[in-house]
Parts: sequence; C-alpha cells; structure tokens
Amino acid sequence: MPEPPQMVNLTINGRPVQAPAGSLLIEVCRANQIEVPSFCYYPNFSLQAACRMCLVEIEKTPKPQTACTVTVTEGMVVKTDTPVVHQARKSSIEFILTNHPLDCPVCDAGGQCELQDMTFRYGAAESRFEEPKAHRDEQQWSPVVYFDRPRCILCYRCVRVCGEGMDVWALALGGQRGVGSSIIPNRQDHLECEECGMCIDICPVGALTSGPYRYKTRPWEMRHTGSICTFCGDGCKTTLGVRNGQIMRGDNRDKSGINGDFLCIKGRYGFDFTRGEARLRQPLVRRQGELRPASWAMALEAAAQGLLAARQQQGVGVLGSTRLLNEEHYQLQKLARLALKTNHLDHSRSADLPGFLAALARHASSSATPWASSQDLKTAKAVLLVGGDPTQEHPLLAWNLRWAYRLHASRLYILNAGDIKLRRQAHRYAQVAASGFDAALAFLAGSGAAPAAQLTSVPPAAINTWPITPVSPISQLPDGLPEFLAALRQESDVIIVFSPQVQAAALASLVQLGASLPGQTRYIALAHDANSRGASDMGLYPGLLPGYAPLSSPAAAQWERLWGGPLPSEPGLDAAGMLDAFNRGDLDGLYIVGANPLRRHGFDAAPGRRKGFLVVQDLFLTETAAAADVVLPALCAYEKSGTLTNTCGEVQWQRRAADFEGAKSDLEIIHELSALLGHDLGTSSPERIFQEIRAHVPGYDVSWVQLHSGAGALSHLPPQSSVDASPLVRISATPWTRSADGLARGQTLFTDGELARRSVLLNSVMERHETNDAQ
Amino acid sequence: MQPGPNLDMLSPALRARFDAMIAHYPVKRSALVPMLLYAQDELGHLTPEVIRGIAARLELDELAVREVIGYYSMLRLHPAGRYHVQVCTNISCQLRGADRIWDHCRARLQLENHQTTPDGVFSLEEVECIGACSWAPAMQVNYDFHQQLTPEKVDQILDGYRRKGASGD
Ligand code: SF4
Ligand code: SF4
Ligand code: SF4
Ligand code: FES
Ligand code: FES
Repeated sequence: MPEPPQMVNLTINGRPVQAPAGSLLIEVCRANQIEVPSFCYYPNFSLQAACRMCLVEIEKTPKPQTACTVTVTEGMVVKTDTPVVHQARKSSIEFILTNHPLDCPVCDAGGQCELQDMTFRYGAAESRFEEPKAHRDEQQWSPVVYFDRPRCILCYRCVRVCGEGMDVWALALGGQRGVGSSIIPNRQDHLECEECGMCIDICPVGALTSGPYRYKTRPWEMRHTGSICTFCGDGCKTTLGVRNGQIMRGDNRDKSGINGDFLCIKGRYGFDFTRGEARLRQPLVRRQGELRPASWAMALEAAAQGLLAARQQQGVGVLGSTRLLNEEHYQLQKLARLALKTNHLDHSRSADLPGFLAALARHASSSATPWASSQDLKTAKAVLLVGGDPTQEHPLLAWNLRWAYRLHASRLYILNAGDIKLRRQAHRYAQVAASGFDAALAFLAGSGAAPAAQLTSVPPAAINTWPITPVSPISQLPDGLPEFLAALRQESDVIIVFSPQVQAAALASLVQLGASLPGQTRYIALAHDANSRGASDMGLYPGLLPGYAPLSSPAAAQWERLWGGPLPSEPGLDAAGMLDAFNRGDLDGLYIVGANPLRRHGFDAAPGRRKGFLVVQDLFLTETAAAADVVLPALCAYEKSGTLTNTCGEVQWQRRAADFEGAKSDLEIIHELSALLGHDLGTSSPERIFQEIRAHVPGYDVSWVQLHSGAGALSHLPPQSSVDASPLVRISATPWTRSADGLARGQTLFTDGELARRSVLLNSVMERHETNDAQ
Repeated sequence: MQPGPNLDMLSPALRARFDAMIAHYPVKRSALVPMLLYAQDELGHLTPEVIRGIAARLELDELAVREVIGYYSMLRLHPAGRYHVQVCTNISCQLRGADRIWDHCRARLQLENHQTTPDGVFSLEEVECIGACSWAPAMQVNYDFHQQLTPEKVDQILDGYRRKGASGD
C-alpha cells in the first residue's frame, strides 16, 4: 500500500484548505471550486508557465505567481480574487490577443473556445497595441491537421501532447523569437506523424483544426452521444457529434470513458465509413443470377427458406463477426444452436482465450483475479509485453503504457520479434525470432533449456517504426534472456500483456512465468477488432458455449433450461472447416454475419459454381456479400445500442448516436430470422438481453451503475479447466490457414480491415504516407 | 541508393572540428549551437542540406534543429548581405527610440525587413532583444554590437561598413 500523502494547511481567499503536500496550487484551487484560469496548464504534461493566465497573489512573495507551477506549502496564504489578480488576467489576455484575429464567428472553436470564454469574462477585447495584427494564411499540414497561425496563443499544449503523450514529437516552436514565433510541423510545410488529432483537440483555441470537421458545423448545432469506437479492441469511448442523423465529428473532450481524452485517428476521424457510397441501403436477393433489391420481408423469407432447406440436407454453418455487440453475438449463437440446430459456429479468432483460461486453471496458483484493465496499465509498476505492436494495433494501450512510463516510472519489459516503437520506453528489451516465442517463454518459465544463442545476439536495428522516424535511435543492445529474466524476477506486481502470437503451449509457459513471479500478476490478452473478446466470451465457438463452457459440461444443461430448448451436442466445424466443407459441397448453407472471408481466403463462393446457399449480413457489399444469394444490410455499431467488451475484458455500454435508413440492427435481423427459422428468441431489447448475459455468463456480473457511468466495468472470466482449445483459425489472416499467425493481420494505425477500407479519410492518410515513404 | 544526410558541403577542417567538439560533451546535442554558427559562417546561411546533415550527425530530428535556429536571431535560413544589420525593436530599445533607428536604417539603406542591397553589401532585419538593453537602442552587424544609437551614429557606422565593403576587406 502506498503511504497516505502528507497533508498541508493553507488559506485560499480566506478559506482554510487542506491538500496533499506537493500538489500544484492550481489543482488545489480547482479541487476547492476556486477558479484559476489557465491556457498552457494541462494536467499530466510537463509544466510550461507560458500563458501567465493563472497568476495569483501569495503572501510574502513580491509579485503574482503562476499557480500552475507553484506547489502548496504549509501556511501558504493565497488570494485569487484581488484587483491585482484581475488586472493581471486582463493584461495577459490583452497580450495574448496581440495578433489574435478574434474571428470567432468563422472559427471552428467558436462556442467551445477557452480564449473566447476568458475574453468574455475578463474583457480585454480592445487593445492598446498600435501595430496592425500580423496575418498569416492558414496551412494544411496533413489530411487531418490544419493550422491557423494568427489564432495560436502559443500555449505549447499541442507540442507537449504530441511529444510527451504520443511520443511522436512532430510539433515544435519555430519561426522566430517573439512575434515571429510559430508552431511548426516536423517536415517544414507538412506533418509526418500518427495523425491522431490529439493536438487539435487539446488546442484551447481554433488554431489547429481538423480536415474532416472544419467549417462544417458549430458545436451547439450537434447532439452529442457517447459511443464506443469500433475499430480496434481497445474500446475507446468517442463522443459523436451528430447533426441531422449524420456524424460530424468524434472526440472525447469530456474525458469520460476508459480512454480519458485519448483517441487515435481511427476513433476520431474514421467514422466516415458510415456514410460511404458502399453502405448497403436495402436487402438484395439473387434472381436469375443477379443480386436484385428486395423488401425486408422477401429477403428474410428467402434467407430462412434457403437455410431451412440446407439444414435438412448436410447442414448449415454460421460465421460470426468480431464487431457485433455482445447481445448480438449471444443471440447469434442461440440462433445457430437452437434454430439451425448446429454447432458449426465460429468467428475470426485472434487471442487464444480458451487456451489462456485452460492455462490459468492449470498453472495459476493464486485465486486472485487475473485480469487487468486498461486503467490498471496506466499506473502499473511493471509490464511485460510479449509480442505485438500496441502503437499500431492497440493505440490506447500504447498511450497508457507511455503514461505509466512518464508519470509512474513504470518498468516496461518487452519481448518481441521486432523493434517496436515502445522500445523507446522499455526498461528491458529482449528480441526473439518470430518463431521463437515458445522457446523463449519456456525458458522464462523455467521449464526450457537455456535459450539458443540466436535469441540473444540479434543486432539492434535503429528503431524505425513506420510511419514515424525516430527522434533518437536506441543504441543499447537488447538484453539476453537470462538478464531479462533476472530483472523481471525482481518485480512484485506485473501486468503481462500478450499478443495473439502467444498461443497454446506458449500460453502455458506464460502463465507459469506469471505464477513464478513474486506478488501479484495480472493479464491482458490482446485481440483484434472492436469486439472479438465479446464474440469469444459469448460462445461463438464450435465447441464452447458462452463463458467457455464445453458442450459436454454441466453448464450445457443449465443453458438448455434457460433457453428452453435442446442444444446440439455434436461439436461443429470451425471457420476453416466450414468454408472448406462449403467449398466441397459438404455443407449446404452458410450464414455469414459481418465477415468477409472471400476477400482473403480463396473459397469458391461464386454462384453457379457452388451448390450451397449463402446468406451474408453486412454493412457493405463486400466480396463475400457480392457472391451471396441473400444480402441483409446491417447497421453499424454507432447506430445501435448495447455492450462491447474490450480486449482487457472491460464491458462498456454503447449508445445509439446516428441513424441510417434502409438497414436494420444485427440484433433485429437475428431475431426476425430466428423466428422464421422456427425459434422465437424472445425480447430483442438490448437491456433485457444484457440482463440475461449478466445473470448467466460467468464473469459478466458487472455493476450496472459502472456500466452506465461510462467507466467500463471489468469482467472477470474464471479459469476453465475443462477447455481443450482447438487450434486457432483466423478469418482475416492472409492467407487463411489453420496455422494461425498473429502477425499476418497487418493491422496498423491507419488500417483495420473492412471499416477502415471504407473510410475516405483513412484512405487519404494511407496514400499520403505511402507517397511520403516513396520520396 | 541515395546518400543519407551528410556534411560534405562543409570544409574538411570544419568537419574535423565538429568531430572534436562533439566528443567534448556528455550529450551530443550540446554541440548544436556552435555547429550551426560555424556552418553558417562557412555557408553564409543554414541550408536545408546542412540542417539535415547536422541533425543526422547529432541523432536529432530535423525539427529539433529548426526549433533552435528559430530561437537565435544570429542564425538564419536565408542568404544575407556581407553586413547583416539587425536592429532591435524590442521593449527597452523601443522605449529609447528604436522605431526612429529602424526607420532611419530603412531609409538609409533603401531596404525593407529581410531585404539585401543589389550590390550584396547590406541586408536589414528587425529583431527581438539582443541582450544589450542597458545601452538601448542597439543594433548588431554581424558579430559587432552598436549601442546608444542615434540616426547620426547609425550613419557613421553604416558608412564605415560601406568603406570596408568597398575595400573588399
Ligand atoms: S496529429 Fe497527433 S501525431 Fe500528428 S502532430 Fe498532432 S498530436 Fe502529433
Ligand atoms: S496551436 Fe493551439 S495548442 Fe498549439 S500552441 Fe497554438 S494555441 Fe496552443
Ligand atoms: S485506440 Fe482503438 S478503440 Fe481507441 S480510438 Fe483508436 S481504434 Fe478506436
Ligand atoms: S496556466 Fe499557468 S502560466 Fe499558463
Ligand atoms: S530590448 Fe533591445 S537589446 Fe534588449
């Protein structure tokens, strides 16, 4: 337990106040509802004292002091509401406004601008400067970032968030000293960066604006709804600004949700896939060889007839998505098992969760909860990262890791096959061959032979993680595994974060290693896509029911009672098995929900050449959908309500933010189709279905209040001794093979399968980076 | 393959001097300001190539180098005349009549801010505080400081440089 902080007594505006020693005066004032204006101060970044807005009087100091840099001490007497302070604020604003155009009526920030508020409040709109205001034209620095120099108040927030927060360091103060100084981008007239937009959102004024949003609307014209980003498994809350049913912007300035104010480019700007031309706006049914528009009634009827006919023959398979909400996953597996009476059911797996739960049951000694949340990562004492590249695949978790390094001196241990950008924050780094994780982990767990020489002698390449050029290359040699292990053994509180590269046997070693460390060990299993964790937890497996209960376990009988129907007991085919069988003509129907296996996997679905019946439910006319007999247009996550589980297991409630005509929610489609297939799934209210999940799926009994407060409620899946993990099969891997390769996915900061492919903005960023690279 | 950023545009003697200098400091980037100054002395101004070269030599991002150049008025990104006249118009100098000095220089040299005379002898720049406040108003010509200026004194100073320029000295 950390020592309780020592408290000091001070007086602010005549009021006695207690605060932890060492706190910043500005924070203490704010905690006591005493207003101290600030522009440059931003919690959790380095102190700047650039704007002079926070000046206050402190007894026994000769002139006003900046509250953002002064730490409180015993007996301090502070005044924040005196004529001197008011005059100081007014003068600071007058000075800040020297060259500011006050063009609020056309500025994007108008209505939510800190400078506008302050100018209103302290009144310094008239200036005593005689010189004409220096005008500079706006500049476009990237598809995302625009800069209007005259509006900039030189608070350095953008410089610090980009450097300290993102570890990109793409912005700096340049130009000339004094009136000629200006924020400059790292490539003279443009930016080469991660395009996260953090700098834009943190800018207190309208100096940095975003390509997708600028001049489109005003803050007060939108409805703001808290939604969850659907791009990666981190599950950031994004507050969508919606006007007339259309998403205009995404941000999280209210800092609610698990991600505070962080969003990466995809969560902030990738939403334009929702309006893409490629969105399906009506159901399609194949007639005379052509997909033709049909009514919902006709399409659902055709789908049900085809699937029923197939069920009578050699059977039907169901391929689920990794992007549906939990309630939809849960009802989809019911549809498969109760309506189609089959266990041919799977999804695109990435994390080997069944394998991990089995390993936990076998090796973990302690009964304490093994799960860590994304928040836990922020204050972690030590983190072991095995495989993966969070900067590219899990931007929020990477942000949290940098946070822990910067503010909590967290020690990051990296075991990786490549030079990932996070190595810049690494306390220890050991490199293994891409195929060497099993051996390396076995050694670390104490059950393998000393590591082969090649594991330790890989020369350090300069860290050059595309697309960012390093600020300074790392020159230390990687550690050898024995030293790495020796250092790790000193740790008594470790969060182990493992990528999909760690599977099966390696997972057993991983958990053994975790159990061998003194003190507490917790885990985060990295999985791709917005809700693959949910798909997995909700039982989209050929052999596992919700909560990873094997078909033959006692849990099956309980589920049967709850669902009021017999469950098929034969284990089904996995994803690759289903596709192969469908190809061969051994499976007569396939119901594919939100997946596009045809794009990567050469299964021959061309109508006419195959005999099976194919129903596809998706947002877009994907390659797979184009080959289908019936296409059912679905809503995207931003257009529906329900829960998602992020890669750490945090469950979040997502609210419908936008509308889209012509499509239905997956939940609605699943329910209607199931009814036509002869099984009534009951209420289709997401709240009611989640109640059922909460009551019955192990680990999901999360606090309802926490769920709705937006904090994210960590689920606690129990270890599963009876699970026999079948080999991983990944739908989106290239090529689609049984031997899963966690790296094959190629997920990057700017790409993420189907959704990102349909985002005009993300594509333009990609193109730009490709041209920059080519130069 | 294209050659990476380098310092081949500088004389071998200067490059050797850089090597020695860098070795003096525990942190390489400490050598940045002197390197920029010496490179500018040799090249007349800091070209994009030399900026890239110095950044690479010190393992810095180019942006970090440009940030420093922006801070110092003695470092410049554009060619200047043989005598680069920098007139301070910052607060102390302004209170002591810098505007008059500045206007006088413009009229006398027939130059606006950041311009160079056709013969290449003079260039003119308005700068922020050059640290000579106690003797304001002040200006700097190359590495020489001139203080407590009056228009007459400015004339003498500029004439002096013009004679030096003509003598090719
Ligand atoms: S968009 Fe992100 S990475 Fe790019 S400059 Fe802004 S903060 Fe830095
Ligand atoms: S661009 Fe915005 S955030 Fe950056 S220094 Fe200027 S005002 Fe501050
Ligand atoms: S980190 Fe992941 S969840 Fe968060 S905004 Fe980016 S893609 Fe979305
Ligand atoms: S907030 Fe204190 S100086 Fe800017
Ligand atoms: S203000 Fe001119 S030298 Fe300081």
